[in-house]
Amino acid sequence: MTALLQNVFAGLALGATYALVALGFVIIYKATGVLNFAQGGLLALGSYLGYTFTNSLAVAFGIAIVLACASAALVGAAFQRVVLTRMVGQPVFAVVMITIGLLFVLDPLVTAIWGFDNLQLANPWNIQRVVAGELVLGVRDLWSIGLTATVVAAFFVFFRYSRLGVAMRATAFDPEAALAQGISARRVFAVSWAISSALAALAGITLAAGPGGLSPAIGLIALTAFPAMILGGLDSPAGAVLGGLIVGLAEALTRGYQDQLFSWAGENVSVIVPYVIMVLILLVRPYGLLGTAEVRRI
Amino acid sequence: MAEPSEPPLLAVRNLEVVYHDVVLVLRGVSLEVPAGAVVALLGANGAGKTTLLRAVTGLLAPHRGKITKGVVELAGHPVTHADPAEVVRRGIAQVMEGRRIFAEMTVEDNLRAGAYTRRSRAEVRENHARVMELFPALADRRTSIAGYLSGGEQQMLAIGRALMASPTLLLLDEPSLGLAPKLVEQVRDIIVTINQAGTSVLLVEQNATMALSIATRGYVLELGKVVRDGPADELLDDDDIREFYLGAVADGSPAGRRSFAEVKSYRRRKRWSA
Repeated sequence: MTALLQNVFAGLALGATYALVALGFVIIYKATGVLNFAQGGLLALGSYLGYTFTNSLAVAFGIAIVLACASAALVGAAFQRVVLTRMVGQPVFAVVMITIGLLFVLDPLVTAIWGFDNLQLANPWNIQRVVAGELVLGVRDLWSIGLTATVVAAFFVFFRYSRLGVAMRATAFDPEAALAQGISARRVFAVSWAISSALAALAGITLAAGPGGLSPAIGLIALTAFPAMILGGLDSPAGAVLGGLIVGLAEALTRGYQDQLFSWAGENVSVIVPYVIMVLILLVRPYGLLGTAEVRRI
Repeated sequence: MAEPSEPPLLAVRNLEVVYHDVVLVLRGVSLEVPAGAVVALLGANGAGKTTLLRAVTGLLAPHRGKITKGVVELAGHPVTHADPAEVVRRGIAQVMEGRRIFAEMTVEDNLRAGAYTRRSRAEVRENHARVMELFPALADRRTSIAGYLSGGEQQMLAIGRALMASPTLLLLDEPSLGLAPKLVEQVRDIIVTINQAGTSVLLVEQNATMALSIATRGYVLELGKVVRDGPADELLDDDDIREFYLGAVADGSPAGRRSFAEVKSYRRRKRWSA
C-alpha cells in the first residue's frame, strides 16, 4: 500500500510538470490553431534563464522563478509579434514549420550561452524530504504539485471570467467574428504565447530543480507532454491537465512496478507507456478525453 | 434651418475593392447613411453587399481583400484603412451574415465579448440591461450555451452582442436569413426599436419588402455598382424593383411577366432570379 501511494505521489509530481507543458501547447493551439513545436525550446530557455537568475545573479529563488517566467513570456510574445504576425492568413502548416524553426534556433542558442554541461540549479528544495507516516515526500515534488495547482487554477479563473479570457475564447472559436467585436486578435495571440511560454518556463524550473539537474536535453520533456495533450483533447485546457496527470501517473506506476509486472518488457518500458495510452484512448475517443467534437444545435 | 455642412454619419465614396489582387468586387460604390436613418442595401448574391460591409468595418484583410480606391468616412472622420477594433471603438457595430455567434460560449459570455471595446463598467451594465429588456428570451437563457439556442434566439443574440458595443451605426447583414416569417417580423420590429433609440442602421437584405418597409432610403447594388438609389417608398413603387426584388408581376404585360429586353432604366445582368 505504501509503495502504491509512494508511486502515485511520484506520478502526480511528474504529471504536474507534464500538465504545465501540455497546457501551454493547448493554449496556443486553441487561440491560433497552431501546434507550437517550440514549446520544448521555450521550456529549456526558461529554465536556463532561471539558472542565470539564481546562480549567476544570486536572486532569491522565488523571485528568480517569477523573473524567468516573465522573460520567457516576453520572448514568446515578441516572437509572436515579430514573426508570426506576418503569417496571419497563411496556411497553418507554414506557421507550424516556423515553430519548428524556432525550436532549432532556441536549441543552439541555449547551448551557446550556457554550454552542454549538466548544471545544478541553486534551489531551496534540493533533496529535502517530508516524512508523513510511512510515506517519504520530496519537498520539490510537493512544491511542483502545489505550484502547478495554483497556476492552473489561476489560469482557469482568468480564462473563464476575465475580459481577456472571454476575448481569447471568442477568438479561438471564430477569429473573424471576434475581430468584428473589436477584439484585437494580435493581442490575443501575443497573450497566448506569453502565457504558454511562462508555463513552459515554470515547468522547466521545477524540473531542473529535480534530480536530473539542468541540461540542454531538458526540452525533450515536451515530447512526453505531447501525448498528454493529445489524449486530453487538443483544444481542451482541462483535458491537458487531466492528460498530464494520467501520463505522469502511468509512467510512475509502470516504473514502480517494473520488476514485478513488466519485467518481461524490459527496463525502460515506462518511457513508452504515455504513447501506448495515447493510442488506446484515441481509439475510443478520437478527439481526446475532453476535446470537443463540436457544439451543435440538435 | 438645416445645418448646411453636417456630414452624414457614414459616407462611402467611390469605393473600389479587390480580392486576391485580381477580383474586382466593388467598382466605385458611393453610399451615405444620414444620422438617425435606416438605409437598406439590396442586391443579389455576389453583388458585393457583404464586401461593402467588410470594407467599412476593416474586415477585408482575413479575406485577402483590399480597398484600392475611395474613402470611408464616419461622421466626417476617415476610417478607410482603420483596423476592426478602431472601427468598433468609433461606434460601428456589425451583425455578421449567418449570425456567427460564439456557439461554445454562454449567452452571457457572448455579450461580454461584444462589449470588449467598452471599458466603462457602468456603460457595459447599462447596455446589458438594455439588451435584456429588448430580448427577454435571452434574459431567460443567460447561462445557456449559445450554440443550443434556436435560430431566432441566435439572431437576437447576434444583434444583442452588437448592441453591447454602444454603436451609433449598426450594420446588419441579412438578419432575416433562415428565419420563419413571424421571426422576420420580430427582427424588423427590433430594428425599428433600436433605430428609435438613436442608432442609425445600414440594413443589408435580400428580403427587400422587409428592408424597404422600415428604411428611409435604399440602394440597389449589382455586380459591384450602385445601379439604383432613392427614398424607400420610391423604390417600393419602382416597377423594376417590384419585379426583381419584391416578386411582383408588372401591370399590363400580357404574359404576366415582362421581357427582360424591354427594361431600359438600367442594364440588367441578373444572376439571381426567383
